[in-house]
Amino acid sequence: MISISFELNGETVEREVEPRKLLVHFIRDDLGLTGTHVGCDTGNCGACTILLDGEAVKSCMLLAAQADGTGVETVESLAADGELSPLQQAFTDAHALQCGYCTPGMLMSATYLLRNNPEPTEGEIRKAIQGNICRCTGYVNIVEAIQEAAR
Amino acid sequence: MTETTMEPLVVEREETKPGFAGTNIPRKEDKRLLQGQGVFFDDVRRHEAGFVEFVRSPYAHAKILSVDVSKALELDGVYGTLTGDEVAIQTDPFFQISPDPGAKIRDYALAVGKTRFMGEAVVAVAARTRDLARDAAELVEVEYEPLPALVDTERALDPDAPVLHDEMGGNTVYSGVFDWGDYEAALAEADHVVRIERLHFDRFSSTPLETSGAVVEYNRGTGQWTLYTNNQFPGFAIIMMAPAMRVGMDRLRFVTQDIGGGFGNKICTHPQLVALCLLARKLNRPVHWHEWRTDQHAANSHGNERVFLEVEVPVKADGTLLGFKARALDDAGAFARYEPLGCIIWSQVTPGLYRWRHIRIDFTQVCTNKSPVGPNRGYSRLQHLWFTERVIDIVAQELGIDPVEIRKRNYIKAEEMPYETPNGCVYDSGDYARSLDQALELIGYDRIEERRRDAEARGKLLGVGIGSTLDSGTNNFGQSTLLNPELQFGGNNEVATVKLDLFGEVVVTLGTTPQGQGHETTAAMVVADILGVTPDDVNVRPGHDSYWNTHAGFSGTYASQFAVTGLGAVKGATEKLAWEIKRVAAGVFGADPDDVELAEGQARLRENPEAAIPFMGIGAIVNANNAILPMETRDATLNVRHVYVPPFQLPDKERKFGNLTLTYAMQIHVCVIEVDKETGAYELVDWAVVDDCGKRIHPQIVEGQVHGAWAQGLGAATTETFAYDEDGNLLTANFYDYHVPHALDMPPLKTGHIESPSPFTPLGTKGMGEGGGGAIHAVCAAIQDALRPVGKPVVTDSHNPYHRVWQLMTRPEESRKLVGVESRTTNGR
Ligand code: FES
Ligand code: FES
Repeated sequence: MISISFELNGETVEREVEPRKLLVHFIRDDLGLTGTHVGCDTGNCGACTILLDGEAVKSCMLLAAQADGTGVETVESLAADGELSPLQQAFTDAHALQCGYCTPGMLMSATYLLRNNPEPTEGEIRKAIQGNICRCTGYVNIVEAIQEAAR
Repeated sequence: MTETTMEPLVVEREETKPGFAGTNIPRKEDKRLLQGQGVFFDDVRRHEAGFVEFVRSPYAHAKILSVDVSKALELDGVYGTLTGDEVAIQTDPFFQISPDPGAKIRDYALAVGKTRFMGEAVVAVAARTRDLARDAAELVEVEYEPLPALVDTERALDPDAPVLHDEMGGNTVYSGVFDWGDYEAALAEADHVVRIERLHFDRFSSTPLETSGAVVEYNRGTGQWTLYTNNQFPGFAIIMMAPAMRVGMDRLRFVTQDIGGGFGNKICTHPQLVALCLLARKLNRPVHWHEWRTDQHAANSHGNERVFLEVEVPVKADGTLLGFKARALDDAGAFARYEPLGCIIWSQVTPGLYRWRHIRIDFTQVCTNKSPVGPNRGYSRLQHLWFTERVIDIVAQELGIDPVEIRKRNYIKAEEMPYETPNGCVYDSGDYARSLDQALELIGYDRIEERRRDAEARGKLLGVGIGSTLDSGTNNFGQSTLLNPELQFGGNNEVATVKLDLFGEVVVTLGTTPQGQGHETTAAMVVADILGVTPDDVNVRPGHDSYWNTHAGFSGTYASQFAVTGLGAVKGATEKLAWEIKRVAAGVFGADPDDVELAEGQARLRENPEAAIPFMGIGAIVNANNAILPMETRDATLNVRHVYVPPFQLPDKERKFGNLTLTYAMQIHVCVIEVDKETGAYELVDWAVVDDCGKRIHPQIVEGQVHGAWAQGLGAATTETFAYDEDGNLLTANFYDYHVPHALDMPPLKTGHIESPSPFTPLGTKGMGEGGGGAIHAVCAAIQDALRPVGKPVVTDSHNPYHRVWQLMTRPEESRKLVGVESRTTNGR
C-alpha cells in the first residue's frame, strides 16, 4: 500500500492504495464517484476521461498512485448546485446523449477543449472527441451541442 | 390475395387535440446522466461482494481433460470458484428453441466436458477485488486436448468437417424450405435470369459501450435472487434461466436502472447470469461481474453471418422483377442461444420493399467454433434486406438499368398499402418512391455526373449508392412455430401501470428496459396528453424491476416496438385511470362521468369549470378519505395496469404463412463515395437519409435513432468485423483491431422524414430504431457504382475495407465470375 494525496473536484483526498490499482477503479470503487465509466480495457473508448491538472486524460491508463499531488476533475464537478453547466445544457438541448454511458467522458473532453479553445471549428471539435467512442449517436448531436455551448 | 384478414388489425383512433406528442421536450433521463448520477449496474455496490472473473477457453475447440482450482483457492482473498462439473450437477441444459437436430444441443452456463469457441467460460472465480479475481483466474489450471476447429461456415456441412455437438450428428441446427408464389412459373415467364453464385454477409456486432454485467444477491431465507443487471430482455432471460436452475420464475428478480446501450447484444446473457446465481448461492455472498471489453468481443453475442448461394433472379424485359431463389446458410456460432429464431425473423421482410411475389429460399443454419450469435440491431432482417438490395443493384448493373429506375419500377406503391407480402405479412403504410426522391434531392443527385467528372480529375472514382430498407417491429412470436411446431408461443404483450398517488402525483411504471431510447420522456408525454397535465407532473420510474407487476412474458426493449407496445400499454393504462378519475369526480359532484373533463391538473365539470377537484384532491379521496364516496365508485383504485396485446393470429405452419410483425418503418439512405484510383482507399463524402416511422412522438429521439443506426451500419460496412484465423482465434477482440467509427470518421449527414401513420397501432406510431442496416446496403452500392469504370466488379460482401476494394478494382474478373445473365429472345425458352 502507498499513500497518496490529491485534490478531487476541489477537495483534498488522502488514501492508501494498492500500487497496481487503476485510477478509474480508485475513483469509482474507493471514492464512490461512479460518474466516470469504463468501456474498454485497451485505452480506446474514452468513457473514463477526466481532467488531471487541467489536461484531459483516460483514467484507465493511469495508476491511482500517479494522481498523487495533482488536481483531478470528474464529471461530478461540472454542475454547480444541481444547475447544469452551459455545456451540459447544450447536450440535453441538442439530444447529444442517448444511453449516457459515453457522456461523462465526452463532457470532460469537451470541457478541456472549450477551456483551451473557446471558439473551435467543427473539425477541431471532432478532433477533440476523437478519443471518445459513442455507440449511440453517430456524434451528430454531440458535435452540435459542443458548437452550441461555444456560442 | 388478401388471405390475412386485415380488418381486425385496424385500430379506431379519435382525433387527438394538439398536445406534447410530436414536440421535442427535454428528456427526463438527461439531468441525471449528464451529472454522472445515472445508476448503471456496475455502480451498484454490495457489502462484501465477491468480484467475478471467468476463466476462458484459449482454444476454439477442445476437450476439457481436467480442471484444478486448488491453487486459486489458496490465494488470500479468494472467496471461491464454480466449475462446469458443478453446473452440470446443479442445473439442466438450457431449453432449446430449435426442433431436431438443434434441439439436441446441451448448453450450460459454463463449458461442460468440452469448449466450443475461444473465450467460452470454463470456470468462474470470485475474490475480494477485481484485480485479485484476475490473479486467481490465472492460477486455475485447465488441461485441454485441442480438437480441429470448424471456422468456415460453408465447410460446416462437409461430411468430414469437425462436429461441435456430437448429439446433433452433424452441424446443422435447423433447415427448412420457404416457398411462396410459383417460382417455376416466374422463371418460365422471365426474359432474363440473373444468377449470382455467392453473397456473404459478414460477422460483426453493435458492441455497446457498456459491456455486460451484473451484481447478484441470493436471499437464503426465501431462496430468491436479485439481479441488478443490464440484460435487456428479462422476460426471455427468466424463461431460459428458471427451468435450467429448477426454480420458479418468481425466484428471479431482475432490476435495472440505466443501461449503457444494448442493441440486442444484451439479450443472451443468461448463461453468465446463471453462473453468477450459482456462485452467489454457493458462497452466500453477493457477486459482482463486469465483463471485459475483450470478452464482450470474444464471447458475448455476435450478429449472424450469412451466405447466400446459387441466387437466381427472373426479370422481365422492362426491368420488372418476378422473384428470387437462393440457398441461405446462416452461421450461429457455437450455440443456438436465441437461435434458430433468426431462421424465421428474416421472413418478416421477405420481399424487402419490392413487389416480386415468387420466392424460394432454402434456409439452413449451422454451428461453427465461433462466438454464439444473438440479436443485433436489425436482427436477421438486415442480412436479408442487404441481400435484396444487393440483388437489385447487381441486376441493375448487369442489365444496364438505372438503380433509381429499377427501384421505382419495383417498389411497393403507396396506394397498394396496406400490402400483403407473398408470405402473409402486412406492410401497414409508407411511400417508398416519394422517400427515395426526397433522399436523392437531399444529396443533390441531379449534379452527380458533374461531381463524378470533378472527382475523376482528382484521381478519384466517385460512386453513389442507395440503400432502401425496412424496420419491422412488434413481433408476433407465433412465428417461432414456423420453425418448431411444438412451441407454444404466439402474439406479443407489454405492460404499464399508471397510478395517481395520495398527494396527486402521477406515477408510471413500464415493463421495458430502455438503453437510451428515452422511454421515461415519451411515456410522460403520452400520459400528460391524456390526463391534461404536463410531462413534468408525471413521474415515470426509471428502469425496470420484474417485481413491479409491470412484467409480462415479452417485456423488454428489443425489436423496434416500444412506440407501439410500450406506449400502447401506457395509453391503455392512462385511459383507464382517466376514466376512474372522472368517475370519482362525478361521484363527488353527483354528475355523470361523461360530463367530467380533465385539464390543468384538475377534474372538472365541462359545463361548469368552477366545479373542479385538483388531482391531489382525487388522490386524497380515494387513498385516504373514501368514506365520502358513493358506494358505486368505491371500486376505483387509481392504480391501473394495462397489458397491450397486438391483434395477431397464429400463422399457418404448413405454408409458413401469416402476419409476423405489426409495423414496417422505412429508411432510405443515399451516400456518395470517393475511391482512390491507386490504392482503393475511400472516403464517404456525403450522406442523406429519409426516415418514415409513422407518427413521431418525440422527433428528436427518432432522429437520434436514425443517426445511431447510420453510424453502426457505416462501421459494419467499412471497418468493423469479427475476423477469425483458421484455428478459430478471434483477431479483433478489442477496439484497436475492431475499429468502430470515431467522430472524425463520420461524413456530413442530411436527414429528412415523412410520416405515414400506421393504421394498426394505438398512436399511429411504428417501432423504429434498428434501422434495417440501410447504411451497409448504401455503401456496398456506392462502391459498386464507383468501380464501374474499372472493369465492373460486383460487390458480393457486406464488409468492404480498403484492401477488399483494392482487390475488386485490380482483379474485377474474380467477382465478375460470380455473376451471369441468361437472356431469352423468345419468352421463356
Ligand atoms: S475505459 Fe476505455 S479508454 Fe478508459
Ligand atoms: S450515448 Fe450511448 S454511448 Fe454515447
